[in-house]
Amino acid sequence: MAMNIGKDLVAASATPLVLAILREGESYGYAIIRRVSELSGGKLRWTDGMLYPVLHRLERNGYIEASWGRSEAGRRRKYYRLTDRGVKLLESQRQQWKAVDETLRGVWFSAVHPTWQGV
Amino acid sequence: MNVTDETSKTTLEESIGEWRAYLRRRQAIHKVDVAELEDHLRSQIHGLVDAGLSDDEAFLVAVKRIGDLDTLSREFAREYSDRLWKQLVVSPEAGPSPEGRKEAIVAVALAIASAVAIKLPELFGFHMSAPITETSFYVRNFSLFVLPLLAGYFAWKRTVDRAGRIWLAIPFVAAVLAVNIFPFDGRGHTLILAAIHLPIALWLAVGYAYIGGRWGDHYRRMDFVRFSGEWFIYYILIALGGGVLMAFTMFIFQAIGFDAEELVASWVMPCGVVGAVIISAWLVEAKKSVIENMAPVLTRLFTPLFTVVLFAFLATMVWTGSAINVEREVLIGFDLLLVVVLGLLLYSISARDPHSPPGVFDVLQLVLVVSALLVDAVALWAITARISEFGFSPNKVAALGENLVLLVNLGWSTVLYTRFLAGHASFTSLERWQTAYLPVFAVWAWVVVLVFPPLFGYR
Repeated sequence: MAMNIGKDLVAASATPLVLAILREGESYGYAIIRRVSELSGGKLRWTDGMLYPVLHRLERNGYIEASWGRSEAGRRRKYYRLTDRGVKLLESQRQQWKAVDETLRGVWFSAVHPTWQGV
Repeated sequence: MNVTDETSKTTLEESIGEWRAYLRRRQAIHKVDVAELEDHLRSQIHGLVDAGLSDDEAFLVAVKRIGDLDTLSREFAREYSDRLWKQLVVSPEAGPSPEGRKEAIVAVALAIASAVAIKLPELFGFHMSAPITETSFYVRNFSLFVLPLLAGYFAWKRTVDRAGRIWLAIPFVAAVLAVNIFPFDGRGHTLILAAIHLPIALWLAVGYAYIGGRWGDHYRRMDFVRFSGEWFIYYILIALGGGVLMAFTMFIFQAIGFDAEELVASWVMPCGVVGAVIISAWLVEAKKSVIENMAPVLTRLFTPLFTVVLFAFLATMVWTGSAINVEREVLIGFDLLLVVVLGLLLYSISARDPHSPPGVFDVLQLVLVVSALLVDAVALWAITARISEFGFSPNKVAALGENLVLLVNLGWSTVLYTRFLAGHASFTSLERWQTAYLPVFAVWAWVVVLVFPPLFGYR
């Protein structure tokens, strides 16, 4: 099914998604993008460049930390990893998304089965 | 590897080089960011080539995926507000925007309002030209004609919410009440001290409006520091221009036998002085990129010069063995010295990219701060001796308090700067120290405005 996830939703999910991917271990921009498209089965597409302002904001607020390393080909590459603060933020974001998800599930369900509302 | 592969590799490198150069021209995207994005681009190309695309196809797809560079640099500028103020980056939308025009109208209207405000009391018999002792009305209130309007301008522009507006009103109401209710002795020092400190105290209230009421935000505070510096430069430029304008006005009217001095002194000058406060603020907001290069130039120019002067002073003092001649003005003079040094430090902090490594100029900056501290320590020692001998007066206590406030700031800045140069701390810690210290200046200014008069019996 061809589906485009709306701009706002993509923006809102960027932070938890990046944090969650970094929870899996240290990573860098390109690999994060690859992981996103892998996880979403290609449904969630970012303009690649837009990831970097997000990463930098998270870094500046101390949720992730960065260091320069080398790629296999020997290029300079910036690696990111999650900090303790980031783990806490991820947890709180997870709770929030869970709440949103549960709310939506409830209302999807009653939308599909309107007669059940009074039960 | 055959010949075609060779050529296609060179063209790919050329394309990437062009792309990099194009990206480098955007001020919001710094060198390190370009390196990071380039790594991304190359990884992407590599992946696509592995999947069977040719080099130039892969390059095109990869560039397209990274995204439109205008949007990208706008996004970077938004993320780094310290880069955003270099607004050249954010390529302007075509033509003058209606918002920009609206803002210009508001700014000009407020400037006119401040001019009206400063002339209005004359209708009620308060005269600017009257000696201070007779009517202290203008002395008491002069900062209250324009700063509330300036705060209002930012409250409007940043859409400060209702609670924020109430918080914002409190210092202004307090100031109006304090300076007008206190039974000042017209010849006393506390009145003058309060009048001098009130603009400083209220400037921080303007700052509250400038950062949109979000006081906890370190970056916005830094923006306000930057704004203050730019505002100062604009104000000086406008004042110089205004001076030339007034001189010419008087000169040409004199040529036709009409004395315009009275008109200039009682209308053009006071209205210009207050109006320019708003206009400067608006110019800084609207034309950030024009002055952007001034602060670095000024610091680069004057930091070495001041350092040389201070060293020459210390050396002369040691060489001749002459002590500082303690007069009342001396302490104020040394306070001003610290203010200038702090100003240079703030300019250089605000103009510096916090991510770049320590350089020669940082060492020079540190030397300047240290030499200022040494000079000040000598002065302070002489003055403390003097006070313990002759007792306290409001002027001395105010000057001494200021000295301590500045000394603490510069002292800890020295420690942080040294640690930064030694590689033990980031430059951001120095920035944070400065922004965290801002309320201290406000508190001290308010103490002089509100506590000193009753403390010293309004004399």
